[in-house]
Amino acid sequence: MRLLDAYVDGELDIVATLELERHLDDCQACRIQRGEYEALRQKLQARGFLFEAPQGLENRLRARLRTASKPAWGYRVPALAASLAALALLAGIGVFVLRGLNSTQLVAQEIVSCHIRSLMANHLTDVLSSDQHTVKPWFSGKVDFAPAVKDLGAEGFTLEGGRLDYLSSRPVAALVYSRRQHTINLFLWPSGNADSAPRAFTIRGYNLVHWTRGQMTYWAVSDLNAQELKAFAQDQLVSR
Amino acid sequence: MAPWFWKNRTAQAAPDGDLPGFEQIALPHLNAAYNLARWLTRNEHDAEDIVQEAYLRALRAFATFNPDCDARAWLLKIVRNTGYTWLRRNRPKEMMANARENAGEQIANCLDPESALLEKSDFKLLREALGEMPAEYREALILRELEGLSYREISDITSAPVGTVMSRLFRARRDLCARLSQAMRGVRG
Repeated sequence: MRLLDAYVDGELDIVATLELERHLDDCQACRIQRGEYEALRQKLQARGFLFEAPQGLENRLRARLRTASKPAWGYRVPALAASLAALALLAGIGVFVLRGLNSTQLVAQEIVSCHIRSLMANHLTDVLSSDQHTVKPWFSGKVDFAPAVKDLGAEGFTLEGGRLDYLSSRPVAALVYSRRQHTINLFLWPSGNADSAPRAFTIRGYNLVHWTRGQMTYWAVSDLNAQELKAFAQDQLVSR
Repeated sequence: MAPWFWKNRTAQAAPDGDLPGFEQIALPHLNAAYNLARWLTRNEHDAEDIVQEAYLRALRAFATFNPDCDARAWLLKIVRNTGYTWLRRNRPKEMMANARENAGEQIANCLDPESALLEKSDFKLLREALGEMPAEYREALILRELEGLSYREISDITSAPVGTVMSRLFRARRDLCARLSQAMRGVRG
């Protein structure tokens, strides 16, 4: 039961956490296992397991770094200061924008939880097919919209299948793609919102891209790196 | 025509020799870097060599460091790669974890007869058990339990999918728990 590992590591969302805690009430084996995990953690975090850098290492290191970077760096300090200032400004704008995005952030949190759950519970796909013409009709009768299922095999994103999921108090379509060993969940559902260009987020280390097109809301989420996920979103937008 | 951001791009790519900037972001993570190297090599001198080598590599790669990224994870990844290059060269036998993972085999269970176990404290027992397990399991556990990193961060550092990180943690923990309870039984019995 790897859910228990995710639980002790604080990687479950609130819903799954509550579910698991209910399960713990009933299941003695899991309670014992949790006790063992906690004891193990305490022992590991006790003194003696964490090695501190020996005294003098920092100074030796500084000396070596200085020799290694002899070529003049002085003239670059102003450039660095300027870029740091620009960075601070950008961060400031970022904070400002993010504050206005609270509801989007909430959805994004939920998306990440759905993504993790789909990987953990071994329930990634309801319909397992790399054929867009199999996946799309599967949704009819299950959701009240026809999701656009795109074959991005040529772009390096393999369609793995589709799944019905539940998000923001409504059933949504989840399309599953993979790239190398990374799984991408693409959630989509109808929204009355105007089109918006793809926007990237990072939550608990997962990358997300969100956009709106043709009155449909799209959320792509994966542990794939941000650039490739952005490319995935672009490919979704341009391909038929 | 060059895009409008072109000029900025080239200007920003400059700080490859930016030592103060590098020290500012990299030195605060010296303890984390040393801890990981120490656990990978299980030897203080080798750990120090690896840390120094890794910092030099990191300095050379500093121009490509994205300031939006977590500096600790970036640095630990370099420490880890340096450590593995070193392990491959000096202790190739420890690099067998992948074969074991694929075979689904249990982690080596080469404990001494129970008698030796009785005298060991949990502390010694765990240290030894950690030392005996494949480096990939050890590092996942160290990064999770001692550095408090998330699955995703560990996945980035170790270049392994999140699912693999989870199963490594799972196996490492089960192995350690089994050894602890075995030792307990030994003491009681």
